[in-house]
Amino acid sequence: MSQIVFIHDTVKSFILDEFLPDENPDALEDSTPLITTGILDSIATLQLVAFLEAKFDIQIQAHETSVDHLNTLSDIARLVASKKGLET
Amino acid sequence: MSLQKYLSTSARTRGDHIAVQEPSGAALSYRELDALSDRLRDRLIALGVQRGDRVGIYLHKSADGIASIFGILKAGAAYVPVDPLAPASRNGYIHGNCSVRAVIVEARFAETHRAELAKLGASPHLIVLNGTGGGLPLRDALNVLDSAAPATPMATIDSAPDDLAYILYTSGSTGKPKGVMLSHRNACDFVNWCSEAFEPRPEDRFSSHAPFHFDLSILDIYVPIKHGATLCLVPEDIGKEPVGLAKLIADQRISVWYSAPSILSLLAQFGKLSTHDYSNLRIVLFAGEVFPVVHLRSTKKQLPHPRYFNLYGPTETNVCTWYEIPPVIPEDRADPYPIGRVCSNLRGKIVDPDGREVAHGQEGELCISGPNVMQGYWDMPEQTAKAFLSGGGSGARWYKTGDLVIAEPDGNLRYVGRRDRMIKKRGYRIELGEIEVCLYRHPGVREAAVVAIPDETLGMKVIAHMSTNDSGKLSIIDLKRFCSENLPLYMVPDAFRFHPTLPKTSTDKVDYQTLKNTA
Repeated sequence: MSQIVFIHDTVKSFILDEFLPDENPDALEDSTPLITTGILDSIATLQLVAFLEAKFDIQIQAHETSVDHLNTLSDIARLVASKKGLET
Repeated sequence: MSLQKYLSTSARTRGDHIAVQEPSGAALSYRELDALSDRLRDRLIALGVQRGDRVGIYLHKSADGIASIFGILKAGAAYVPVDPLAPASRNGYIHGNCSVRAVIVEARFAETHRAELAKLGASPHLIVLNGTGGGLPLRDALNVLDSAAPATPMATIDSAPDDLAYILYTSGSTGKPKGVMLSHRNACDFVNWCSEAFEPRPEDRFSSHAPFHFDLSILDIYVPIKHGATLCLVPEDIGKEPVGLAKLIADQRISVWYSAPSILSLLAQFGKLSTHDYSNLRIVLFAGEVFPVVHLRSTKKQLPHPRYFNLYGPTETNVCTWYEIPPVIPEDRADPYPIGRVCSNLRGKIVDPDGREVAHGQEGELCISGPNVMQGYWDMPEQTAKAFLSGGGSGARWYKTGDLVIAEPDGNLRYVGRRDRMIKKRGYRIELGEIEVCLYRHPGVREAAVVAIPDETLGMKVIAHMSTNDSGKLSIIDLKRFCSENLPLYMVPDAFRFHPTLPKTSTDKVDYQTLKNTA
């Protein structure tokens, strides 16, 4: 499995387990809006950021914890991949 | 007595001092803010805006927003701010409902807003800004309009005390937001009380954390402007992000902070407060909901220097009681602090369901009378009448807050709960009935009942219980998306629970008590 697919799947599992219990995994698409729909509220977003920092050993800056960088699964995977120096 | 006079007075005495500061570094001095709002006043009057009209504001938090507010007031009109993050249909409803004559709107919202208003048969003038920041987009928009046809310089309208200054829309139990009408007298009297209570100084730097459609913004905006101090804007995105917010409070050398307790809780838990210097901070004000003592204690331990005040009051009265938190909070205290005593400019009484005053120490509904009390709800005479105690005959209007309180032996009031289904979450008022009306519009929902339970981190957790047309579960993603398209984000339920059918009482009404206990 490529690292990018691993990042994507890890983030997806975390969001499903933590914030969308009982949801059909297929309903969470790469482009599903997360912050602008309230699936991730401000505390959930902080929990996600803490998870990403610990799991992938990266630092996420305050200005990156916004809707512009974290609103969809693809946004989040792209942010993590860029921090790890991976091409997306 | 008018809000716009505060600006013209400070512009004369403190012209070069910074009036509005954005965290990016952009700022407007008193002279610049006065001049820019004069230009908007002239343009609005040229568009036909008259004393007593309403003018909408659909902008992100910015110096442009502050200049727009004063431009509208100087034209003698009332401003009606909407939440730029709320669904377009809701914002269209608000500006249609109070028949705004014009709207100051960001380009990104303009076409949708025009279409939403057209659906309601309204076609106000739109002054369209290419974004916001430092007042430049507003200046550019006025330049473009002036180059086509210059606006004639006019005098600032001197509003009468009972002229409306602004209308703030809050959640309505019938499914539509309702507009709380507040006059210059209402606002100025409150601002004057703040002067007496907090002794603002010209060198103060006030936070402006609350959005302009939220009544905390009245203190944020007008108290510093009256005293020639500086208003430090906190943009929406930084406002919810504790690490960035903590840095902003230090970098901007905020001296008077005001927000909902939930923001202070977030700062205390996640803001890494120890990494900055907050020596300028002298007053911390909080209002809008109960502050759990565990988080208040933690905030005070990390920021021990300032004085802390619990302010209480609905939008209909603004702050009507206050309480100073003692310097040390005992480790074993778990009960929230009282909401305190009625402000010196107002009167309060505690009544039973028949409107009779209760004996000292008995629980009852807090009613407030005095110059801060709203005129009523926009175009809702019945709801307005119901909001006040009927009878009495003495001429005093007593607003019924809906909040149940008990007077403690020392005279401080303790908040006990609500007499209806309104809750507070992150300082916002939410009518649970409005969420239910939204859920019933979803094609898969057969029954919906929304309850709120106290929650350690969220303050209040909103849970939607429902049964569905095919007796199965609905996708949470789908429900969240549906709600976010019809309600502001703070009203989207935190959790959904599915039942074959909702539990009922013996009279076949939804059994909310059982639902609360099964939450």
